[in-house]
Amino acid sequence: MTMTTNTLPGSACATCPMNRHLARLGVSMDSWDYVVALAGNPNTGKSTVFNALTGLRQHTGNWPGKTVARAEGGFEYGEKRYKIVDLPGTYSLLATSADEEIARDFILFGQPDVTVIVVDATRLERNLNLALQVLEITDKAVLALNLMDEARRHRLVVDERRLARDLGVPVVPMSARRGEGVGELLQMVHGVATGEIRPRPHRLASTRDAALDRVLSQLVARVEAAFPGLPNARWVALRLLDDDASIESAIRDGSLGDLSRGLQTAPVAERLALTGVAS
Amino acid sequence: MSDPAADLLQTARALRAEVGAGLHDQLAEALYTDAAHLADRAVTRPDERPRFDLDRAIDRLVTSRTWGFPIMILLLTVVFWITIQGANVPSSLLATLLLDKVHPALKDGASALGVPWWLSGVLLDGAYLAGAWVVSVMLPPMAIFFPLFTLLEDFGYLPRVAFNLDRLFSRAGAHGKQALSMTMGFGCNAAGVVATRVIDSPRERLIAILTNNFAVCNGRWPTLIMVSTIFIGSAVPAALAGLVSAAAVVSVAVLGVLLTFAVSWFLSRTMLKGQASVFSLELPPYRPPRIWQTLYTSVIDRTLIVLWRAVTMAVPAGVVIWTISNVHVGGESVAEHLVSLLDGFGWLLGLNGVILLAYIVAIPANEIIIPTILMLTVLTARLSGVGQGAGVMFELESGNAIRDILHAGGWTTLTAINLMLFSLIHNPCSTTILTIYHETRSLKWTAVATALPLLLGFAVTFTLATAARLLGWA
Amino acid sequence: MSLNPDPGHEQPAQRTLADLQPGETAEVVALHSDGAERRRLMDLGIVPGTRIIAELRSPLRDPVAYRVRGALIALRQSQAVQIEIRSPAPEMLS
Repeated sequence: MTMTTNTLPGSACATCPMNRHLARLGVSMDSWDYVVALAGNPNTGKSTVFNALTGLRQHTGNWPGKTVARAEGGFEYGEKRYKIVDLPGTYSLLATSADEEIARDFILFGQPDVTVIVVDATRLERNLNLALQVLEITDKAVLALNLMDEARRHRLVVDERRLARDLGVPVVPMSARRGEGVGELLQMVHGVATGEIRPRPHRLASTRDAALDRVLSQLVARVEAAFPGLPNARWVALRLLDDDASIESAIRDGSLGDLSRGLQTAPVAERLALTGVAS
Repeated sequence: MSDPAADLLQTARALRAEVGAGLHDQLAEALYTDAAHLADRAVTRPDERPRFDLDRAIDRLVTSRTWGFPIMILLLTVVFWITIQGANVPSSLLATLLLDKVHPALKDGASALGVPWWLSGVLLDGAYLAGAWVVSVMLPPMAIFFPLFTLLEDFGYLPRVAFNLDRLFSRAGAHGKQALSMTMGFGCNAAGVVATRVIDSPRERLIAILTNNFAVCNGRWPTLIMVSTIFIGSAVPAALAGLVSAAAVVSVAVLGVLLTFAVSWFLSRTMLKGQASVFSLELPPYRPPRIWQTLYTSVIDRTLIVLWRAVTMAVPAGVVIWTISNVHVGGESVAEHLVSLLDGFGWLLGLNGVILLAYIVAIPANEIIIPTILMLTVLTARLSGVGQGAGVMFELESGNAIRDILHAGGWTTLTAINLMLFSLIHNPCSTTILTIYHETRSLKWTAVATALPLLLGFAVTFTLATAARLLGWA
Repeated sequence: MSLNPDPGHEQPAQRTLADLQPGETAEVVALHSDGAERRRLMDLGIVPGTRIIAELRSPLRDPVAYRVRGALIALRQSQAVQIEIRSPAPEMLS
């Protein structure tokens, strides 16, 4: 368990067994306090993390692309009810496959209170590509460094403190299939959801192209002017430069404007309805 | 002042022209540069390379030019062998319990309670028997096959099968991962159709869905084995009978694989013509499978769900079978009317009206084809002394008794061969059809998946029957 | 099996990934594919400068699995010929 920008406030749960606070509710929930999105590359054990959090038994195979439909579940922790949405496993959020669009739109428009990025500790470089893209869109993220048991087997040593410092978000080493680190993950999700932890994520430094950076900052200024308070103006500007049709239509039909007007404070059900999740 | 949104979009368009088309590349490069840098700082690799990399050693072996295919065939054979051998005993135990013990007890109970004959007929001889048949025939093999398959899947072997076979599938315009859904289809086509989800390109996935039916599912194996033992095996000297009938069953399964390639090839050049989707196949690291969890999830996720679907489909079919055999119009049962109606078309295909009617009423589950055929044959040939009454499905222990009934029903070797072919090439069972609709959400593709193999089956059996008759073989 | 896809198609004269033998390492110079194919390759981490090792050849000789950024990715030969490579810089071999 690692902390980044804030210290963990003295919560009652730091002392008591984690699992006592984890009331597993399956999918039979009708109201939630927070929404958690689960993102990650295919075959990182994302579904296993989902099962560990919800107590559901979604089949998880050693096969990329197992989760095709979006799975949903819920859990209770620290007297708060969490709805958790397992997004399709994708390598990237840049390209335009249907899966990537589902994942991207959910993180952008669903405004989850926390996005848990599940990465494979044995293939960190590949997995961080997606993590960095998620962190371009949202601040409220936790990195679940999964498959630590496999990393140990391959004698890899992962310095999660340094990674947390570099990424600017909490990093939780875990092995979901053995149940290791689940309590710590819940604690971090809770911390970020309630605002006790405020991550300041790493953002892409520059594109190594001065001309592009100049154009980009010009457009970022325009985006910020049009949508004051938008949490990811730079990312929106990049997508616009990359000719992203769905972002263009979000600007045209005003759904991006809704985000900047603080829809993140709207009730959970309303936000979920926006992204087509039955509540 | 103009609309800020339109304004912004216009600015973006103008700036996009300045940036040019290379932006996506630059972004991808920048992201990976950052990711590599961050990962490099966080991860320390062991100084010396491990002397022995187990994953690599396994991969070298299972994809080797010499051993790749033999290992694949051996593993699949072992899985099927364990399934067939292991299912025998529990299947016959279940059949004894549900068909020989519970069914008569229920009948006795019903008559003691004064339940009218037609009601106990519909419920116990119709609905109950069909459900019990499906459970006793389907549950044991599925409860063995799915966990074994899931273990291979969890270990990480299945992507290697796709890797080994991709070239064959790519020639047919399909994706290597179709090897997986096809293999799964040998267990159950409905599960095979669901398994096509691992194929991420829509066009190749649709090809895999439309051709999954050509993998002989475990509901069809019993039909093939029985018909081949009785009619093919008995046509050769006794010493060769076992070998020849086994070879006949395997040939039908192999023909199914060849049809999978041929129909995939055909679809990718006609209905599903278009650019091949982007290929990518990741070979994940091997992971030691967790046996108990695998057993639990595969029994819950796959076996029980598929079984439940089959039972809910079979029960109404049982009601229909009983009803058409017991409702009489003009002195003959509805079933007999239907059989004589279908006899002409059946003859053209080298089959008969009983077989066609059985395939119509038993569409919910191929498992009840043989008991339905026997019951209908006894009914329409007006045989006495066998069977358990109109509309009551039964099976006989002895192959000779079955052969006598079928000969009395006018069966020839041609009928048997064409039944085996038709068992391979006909519409998917209704469970699979429903699953195809769930997966494609398209009535059109569901209709194609249903009609294509059926028409192909008509064409194949008609051609063979006509050729045999012209050559004087039948 | 032909190593030269259709002659009407202009072929980069440089070495491509399809020339890499199992066990050999190379550095990606450029991607000559475009559209969805190019995006997918980049998402998989195949960008200019990436170190790539050919590891396994399928029993039917195609596809070939490459080690890219820690993962084993199978590519068909038709994809590999679109990826231009060169011998890796000495420090990459370490």
